[in-house]
Amino acid sequence: MADAKVIPFDDDRSRSGGASRPARRRTGAGGPGGGRGDGSAAPVSALPGAQVPEPSAVSPEAGEGGREPRRDAVDAGGAPGGWERRIAGGLAFLRRRVTGDYDVDEFGYDRELTDQVLMSVLRPLADTYFRVEVKGIENIPSDGGALIVANHSGTLPLDGLMLQVAVHDNHPADRHLRLLAADLVFQLPVVNELARKAGHTLACAEDAQRLLEMGEIVGVMPEGFKGIGKPFGERYKLQRFGRGGFVSTALRAGAPIVPCSIVGAEEIYPMIGNAKTLARLLGFPYFPITPTFPWLGPLGALPLPTKWTIQFGEPIPTDGYPPEAAEDPMLMFNLTDQVREQIQHTLYKLLVQRRSVFF
Amino acid sequence: MRFGARGRHRAASTRYGDGQGSYRGKQGSRVLGKVVLVTGAARQLGGRFVRRVQCEPGVDRVIAVDAVEPAHELGGAEFVRADIRQSALARILAEHAVDTVVHLDVSGKALGAGGRTAIKETNVIGTMQLLGACQKSPAVRRLVVKSSTSVYGSASRDPAVFTETTPPKSLPSGGFAKDAVEVEGYVRGFARRRPDVAVCVLRFANILGPRPDSPLADYLSLPVLPTVFGYDPRLQFVHEDDVVDVLGIAAGEPRRGTLNSGTFNIAGDGVLLLSQCSRRLGKPTVPVLLPAVTWVGSALRTIGMTDFSPEQIRLLTHGRVVSTVQMRETLGFRPKFSTAETFAEFARSRGPGLLPPETVGRAVDRLAALPLPGGAGPRERGAGAVQTTHGAR
Repeated sequence: MADAKVIPFDDDRSRSGGASRPARRRTGAGGPGGGRGDGSAAPVSALPGAQVPEPSAVSPEAGEGGREPRRDAVDAGGAPGGWERRIAGGLAFLRRRVTGDYDVDEFGYDRELTDQVLMSVLRPLADTYFRVEVKGIENIPSDGGALIVANHSGTLPLDGLMLQVAVHDNHPADRHLRLLAADLVFQLPVVNELARKAGHTLACAEDAQRLLEMGEIVGVMPEGFKGIGKPFGERYKLQRFGRGGFVSTALRAGAPIVPCSIVGAEEIYPMIGNAKTLARLLGFPYFPITPTFPWLGPLGALPLPTKWTIQFGEPIPTDGYPPEAAEDPMLMFNLTDQVREQIQHTLYKLLVQRRSVFF
Repeated sequence: MRFGARGRHRAASTRYGDGQGSYRGKQGSRVLGKVVLVTGAARQLGGRFVRRVQCEPGVDRVIAVDAVEPAHELGGAEFVRADIRQSALARILAEHAVDTVVHLDVSGKALGAGGRTAIKETNVIGTMQLLGACQKSPAVRRLVVKSSTSVYGSASRDPAVFTETTPPKSLPSGGFAKDAVEVEGYVRGFARRRPDVAVCVLRFANILGPRPDSPLADYLSLPVLPTVFGYDPRLQFVHEDDVVDVLGIAAGEPRRGTLNSGTFNIAGDGVLLLSQCSRRLGKPTVPVLLPAVTWVGSALRTIGMTDFSPEQIRLLTHGRVVSTVQMRETLGFRPKFSTAETFAEFARSRGPGLLPPETVGRAVDRLAALPLPGGAGPRERGAGAVQTTHGAR
């Protein structure tokens, strides 16, 4: 990834700086098929100015925390009618829910519930608590499948959820992220139910490929438990990327790979120890010990309010390879390394620019 | 394509024509007629298929077989009372020169009285006997077997959607699912030994019809649905009309551009969650913690309300969704009813539950009709209500 692209825009950390960034990339991602390469030297065009400020323009209008900004953007009614319409909308929603009159897809993804309830619950956490700054959202194509590959950290998979909110709230084409989750998620009661409804599915090649072929945006964190359960001392050091299965899945589906670096999640639960025996007893991959966690009881489960940055990198196209490429282990390793390096590189760059963990 | 080539079918049919001259003469001038044998004819589904297949062009005679007299009309079919667990089948096949066998006597629920052992015997031993008889009979050219998507099992580590080739992560340990796995195993063996027979295995999702004939239908007929706490399984249904239709397709000659031998998942389009099912039926749910579900299950079984087998509990925990691409593209079958429509039909035939969706909907409408002063108050109430439903699920 070219250094010159990232550094200038992160010098000014304001929203407007983030908004002007897309201007450069927009043209590159303009051909959504993934055919970049012509966009690297593209000039700033007038087009992105119109669409990029949208997410930031909504929140001041919506006032209190910007709940359901998308609905506001849609009906955009006057101030007096807005409330009534909201109530009517809420009751219609309630009616559909209690009578079971809604649709889920074959993965159990309940789009309506996700948009209206789950995202509204997570949004304050993303916007107010972690103050997630999203960069490079235009690197996610507006249509067709794409595989977002991100680093994983933070003891609890809050980074995945924040990534989902980031894509949901910031992408101009209203795209939804479908996360691939560990099998532990689907063994736990309640968690599995909510995960399925939020559009997550089991991290396996079949599901990933099916989603990509449906043209969905799939999010994967190939480090898995190695990444999320690593000790605090190893923060921001990427672990091994599984067996690189995500690359062959992306190749089979011809979907571009979007590397994604998340900064800030490492420090929410600084894991200073791991009670291995207890973990084995409970059947968990690790049992974290943080400065607060078992000692303060439930209060210790409160994450530290760190400042987050989620940076989407330039997509790596995969449609140029012959069909048998998905079986080529050498190519797999090379592409896996390329993705990994790009994420690691961006992580370091973002860390250098970060003023403090909390601001 | 895996089960024998078409050239061989032709050879078999020639043989069949030669051997049955006398029968042909008696029946009439038709040269290429079909004699269909249907097992499990005393069941609702078997009876419907028997009546239906008589009307198919090219079908001369239908032999309906079951161990008990059917309560329903079989039309012009010839009923032969025989227990498929005994070896009487070979004689029946030879006597009537059967060329198409439709094996529907693979079921999860006993007809009338009879315990689990009897069902298992009919499913497994009956299939073995039937396949043995088919192997001995040179006239048999086509075999259709009713199986179930429960052969995939149901586990948290399974992919979200099963295709026909997905290997199960954990094989069903018992119950009907295990029977179905074993039946399919024997059918595969038969297909290897008799490559001239076109074999079609249809894996049906949960079949719902006007009369409950499956453990899941029994479960859905309970006034209050016990569910597994913290799980909301994805379910797929297939309408009985579609089952009869697809059996007809599988039992006949393949249409142009399609292939009707092999293994196919059969399910209606779309998916319903159990929570949606209960709300559409208007039945309250009682979430039960997973360890306690087995007790509730055995309690319900003891009072004879439903067969709450471990396999059934797993279905109600993790759910199961299958891909129907093969059904659509290879078999060339499009179900008339989607999963949701099948369920709506079922709900209509059941009558309203304790909390009919219309009543609940009206209650919400009344809430909407309350005088709203405007401002933040009602808004909060609305939001709170939404949260509650979410929390209550």
